[in-house]
Amino acid sequence: MTLRGDLVLIRDLINANARVLDLGCGTGDLLANLQTTKNVNGYGLDKDPANIQVCLSKGVNVIEQDLDTGLSNFADNNFNMVVMTDALQAVRDPRGLLREMLRIGEECVVTFPNFGHWRCRLQLGLGGQMPVSKHLPHDWFNTPNIHLCTTQDFERLCREENFRIIQRRVVNTQYTEHWSIQLAPNLFGSHAFYRLGRTA
Amino acid sequence: MTFPKNSVGLVTPQRYVCDTPLALQNGDTLDGYELVYETYGKLKADKSNALLICHALSGHHHAAGYHSEDDAKPGWWDACIGPGKAIDTDRFFVVSLNNLGGCHGSTGPRTLNPSTGKSHGPDFPNVVVKDWVNSQVALADHLGIKTLAAVVGGSLGGMQALQWAIDYPDRVKACVAIASAAKLSAQNIAFNEIARRAITSDQDFNEGRYFDAEKNPERGLGLARMIGHVTYLSDDGMGTKFGRDIKSGDFGSGADVEFQVESYLNYQGRAFTQYFDANTYLLMTKALDHFDPARETNGDLVEAFAPALCKFLVLSFSSDWRFSAERSQEIVDALVRAKKNVASAVIESEHGHDSFLLPIERYVAALGTFLNQSLAEHPNQADGEPI
Repeated sequence: MTLRGDLVLIRDLINANARVLDLGCGTGDLLANLQTTKNVNGYGLDKDPANIQVCLSKGVNVIEQDLDTGLSNFADNNFNMVVMTDALQAVRDPRGLLREMLRIGEECVVTFPNFGHWRCRLQLGLGGQMPVSKHLPHDWFNTPNIHLCTTQDFERLCREENFRIIQRRVVNTQYTEHWSIQLAPNLFGSHAFYRLGRTA
Repeated sequence: MTFPKNSVGLVTPQRYVCDTPLALQNGDTLDGYELVYETYGKLKADKSNALLICHALSGHHHAAGYHSEDDAKPGWWDACIGPGKAIDTDRFFVVSLNNLGGCHGSTGPRTLNPSTGKSHGPDFPNVVVKDWVNSQVALADHLGIKTLAAVVGGSLGGMQALQWAIDYPDRVKACVAIASAAKLSAQNIAFNEIARRAITSDQDFNEGRYFDAEKNPERGLGLARMIGHVTYLSDDGMGTKFGRDIKSGDFGSGADVEFQVESYLNYQGRAFTQYFDANTYLLMTKALDHFDPARETNGDLVEAFAPALCKFLVLSFSSDWRFSAERSQEIVDALVRAKKNVASAVIESEHGHDSFLLPIERYVAALGTFLNQSLAEHPNQADGEPI
């Protein structure tokens, strides 16, 4: 089975035999892949019964837990990598969760849709409507995305919180880094990918 | 009568007579003992598909199928055991026993003590979860089973499954603890003590020597069961099932009113005294209270789980307050810290602790998928070869 583009980026960052926690693991694709390709001791948190059932059928260590209840049940430094793909904008306390991710993990990877993408700006700025796109397919009244941000916003938070940005990749809807994105990531990138560590 | 298609059908209990002495945790030794058990499904030639069922407080060996054509009800966990069910007897060879100290045929307080010619009664040693697991290992040996594909239990049964994983890591590949706990809370112990006090304060209890005196502490045992029943259900569940419906009487005429829920509890209490032994009830509740594998590791549950090699599934139910989802989460958290493979789910249900006995769709699907998936991971195994 082929992995989604952003998950391939994440997989390539993870060392063999690492301990990985995937927050909002969905149907467990990343963890199932890491278990077979890298012998990773991985766990996934999810709250959706259908997702959990799929994870069980793949033999993934899925734990039913709502990210909004926090991660206080996990010990400090318990994981090499804590991953959260496209869930940051949907949790109640993104800053608190990021702090927790870097408490229980040595490093973390966070991905989110970039609200600064020109399409979003165009739809809101000129169209006068809340943006709807491939990465943000919901209407304003039923969206789970309650904490949308731009790459600029996110990096400001990282500075304030002393999170160390080890790596940043901003990509388009095909998960590739077009030259235009390199030029103006917050304008042309639809999706952001950050690898964070603690400041020494 | 024909049995339902997904039933294991007619089953016959079997008896294992063990002559090897069993050293108990309290220092006593049982010179010999008997265990009554049932099996469902076929043991593969390589003996790789054995699954052990561990029963809870009032359970026994008859977990699935029927003992006769006239049986009104199947075994206590028929909802989950059978061809194509969560515990699929087309795949697994299922072993279900009555634990030591039980009152359904295995050696226990009602069994005759050969040295006195009377029943053991209150003199039967206080066996605990570890003792049960040791006796279950003897049964597995007797059946020629070196490694269990899975150990599965709800409530007190889940505690036995966890103990298996800790004490016999090379003999179990998957452990399923349902609506269970790594140790009872103070509130849970308190309910057990009230139940025990109900039994021991019944005049007919006769300090536990009621059986030979041809008495039965029915009021106390019935009351104990009624207390238990209330705690196994949820407020919402009782509301749905009984509401304020009236069984008899009339508020207007002044005739004594009996609510449906009263009638139900009284019936359950009475019925229980006809098939359950008071000394066994005391023994089982004590085993529940004492269970705490972390006691051997200075209270560190993570350390207690360290020896385990199997994968775990921990299931709980949203409305269960006797063995709440938080207790299951404690097991999960410790297993994660101990770097064990574990999956968990909190099943939405209004049926309280009793949920684990019911065919709740998501619960059955999760249990079945986990078991089948873990069996598929180890399709074959040479007999006696360590994992």
